[in-house]
Amino acid sequence: MSNATLESGADMADGTARHGVEQLSMQQALNRALDEVLAEHPKTLVFGEDCGRLGGVFRVTDGLQAKHGSGRVFDTPLAESGILGMSVGLAMAGFHPIPEVQFDGFAYPAINQIVCQIARMNYRSRGTLPMPITLRVPSFGGIRAPEHHGESLEALFAHVPGLKVVSPSNPHEAYHLFKYAATRPDPVIFMEPKSRYWQKGEVDLANAEAGGGSPTDAKVMREGRHLTLVAWGAMVARCLQVAGLAAEDGIDVEVLDLRWLKPIDEAALAASVRKTRRAVVVHEAPLTSGLGAEVAQLITQACFDTLKAPVERITGFDVPYPSGDLEDEYIPNVDRILFGIQRVLEYRRG
Amino acid sequence: MAAVRHLDTSAIAWQRQGLIPGYAPELGQEAAQVGSGYAVDTTRDFVFPTYREMGVARAMGVDMVAYMSTHKATWHGGLYNPLESRLAPIQAVVGGSVLHAVGWAHGQTLAGNADGRLGVAMTYFGDGASSQGDIHEAMNFAAVMKAPVVFFVQNNGWAISVPTEHQVAGGSVAARAAGYGIPAQRIDGNDVVAVVEATRHAFAHARAGNGPALIEAMTYRRGPHSTSDDPGRYRSLNEERDDAGEDPLERFRKRLLADGVADEAFFAEALAAAKAEEELLRAGVQELGSRPGNEMFDLVFQETTPALQAQAANWREESEHV
Repeated sequence: MSNATLESGADMADGTARHGVEQLSMQQALNRALDEVLAEHPKTLVFGEDCGRLGGVFRVTDGLQAKHGSGRVFDTPLAESGILGMSVGLAMAGFHPIPEVQFDGFAYPAINQIVCQIARMNYRSRGTLPMPITLRVPSFGGIRAPEHHGESLEALFAHVPGLKVVSPSNPHEAYHLFKYAATRPDPVIFMEPKSRYWQKGEVDLANAEAGGGSPTDAKVMREGRHLTLVAWGAMVARCLQVAGLAAEDGIDVEVLDLRWLKPIDEAALAASVRKTRRAVVVHEAPLTSGLGAEVAQLITQACFDTLKAPVERITGFDVPYPSGDLEDEYIPNVDRILFGIQRVLEYRRG
Repeated sequence: MAAVRHLDTSAIAWQRQGLIPGYAPELGQEAAQVGSGYAVDTTRDFVFPTYREMGVARAMGVDMVAYMSTHKATWHGGLYNPLESRLAPIQAVVGGSVLHAVGWAHGQTLAGNADGRLGVAMTYFGDGASSQGDIHEAMNFAAVMKAPVVFFVQNNGWAISVPTEHQVAGGSVAARAAGYGIPAQRIDGNDVVAVVEATRHAFAHARAGNGPALIEAMTYRRGPHSTSDDPGRYRSLNEERDDAGEDPLERFRKRLLADGVADEAFFAEALAAAKAEEELLRAGVQELGSRPGNEMFDLVFQETTPALQAQAANWREESEHV
């Protein structure tokens, strides 16, 4: 039924060993994952603006064209709708496109192809034309970039039937989540937190889910008893920082990395909050109709009887994403998250 | 062409009788559609239609009950198998599938098919869609990548109520192709023989590895935009008569008679066959039941999600009481 099933190649073409733990930045981890996906799955194609010779503006595709050839890794004209529309046709022809839009805000010119075409073609064609498209979107703010280079589009994508959305929080997650996402038969929006590209971390190359779990689970990044911080992408590292500070005051915070923003791992949310009985959701996107509302509702539905306080949301504001000078005022910072934690802890019924 | 004309006019009657909720007639565009569809090699080419390519589908041999199911509101995109029929699902976004054709065509190049044996993508759009940015992106991408695509434009004079002169700057869509270095032919789209020849020429060009080609078939939408449209609000019957030109079926009939290729008996037989076919299709469409509701949930993803499964379970329990 599906022409999307990927033929798996033999071992790594270049004989690279894939075991052990390495210190890699997220940019390096993603580059490594793309390299391996290209080697292992002959139908995959990597393309977008400046993805070829330049290796992408964030160098995530660096060296891939030289290694895999300009048929598999190539530059496109500067037109996002063209890139995504072309991906639909390539998928229909049996390929597994891995397109990139250079920055989050550049997904807007392609929204018709993403929402009306990529997300619906499997449904429209009654499963005969699957869309195994992994769309890489460097996402979120924090790098003092120009306008339209710091947007958080997860709620928009998650709202669209037919799309799946995932965002890694560190190099290990980026490597493994990408390798998983890029071999799925459905379209996945892969949101890379661009402010985390250059931070190094341990990547356990052989072991995706150390401590168990599946690639679609949310992940407890720090265990705690008093309150759960729910986050994804770049906000996970900030929440871990906050948890460290809170611990100095004797507050034991659990940090749950949601990882998949659609589908959301409801069971993990419920398990964590049933234990801690309090939750704060943190995201960079504006507050109103943000994904935090969805998360808060899922928690309320599953944990209403055990909740000690309403779920709090610490988010960006309902304003256009600001210039670099005001970025730190907009993105949830340590203080705002700590205030949120305090409000939840001090909440009294009645 | 006779079968297409008869089915097309019958479909309007089906709508008036309540058999189908709506339809987009192609009256007057039979030569453009049947002629171009006739040139497709369904063993290796792939066609990307809009919502008004019934004649193309019929010429390509698509299961017409499955095709017409979209107009019965059975399933968006139609029930036919796009892979087997080589016809992409019916596309409701104006200009939406033109880029898909470019991607599919580039895939033929990437698959390593030798020049001369390339599968060719043919994509349909109209004078109205030519205003869409995707059309320009598609022409540029195709030309840059030398993708084997045939852009088949049916310039039928009208984008619902807006005439071509208020829609297409520069006088023609074909003229735009020059800006992308794409060879273009502007042809009499009501002359089916000219359409077949031009389409074959374009296919040969693309199949040989020379990149895309464009055909602008000048025709006329004799009917309304859809069964919900009222052309009387934007054009008079006199204008229709003056602008439409001669009926493409009548033209072809005269030509076949003059060339001695066909006689009156042939046309009588063709009409009888068309009527018989329409009756079968009508019965087939009438018998089309609603799709089972679980398909709403089952066909969203190849790998479903727990949330969708939960919604499906709720729907089953609350709607079907099982």
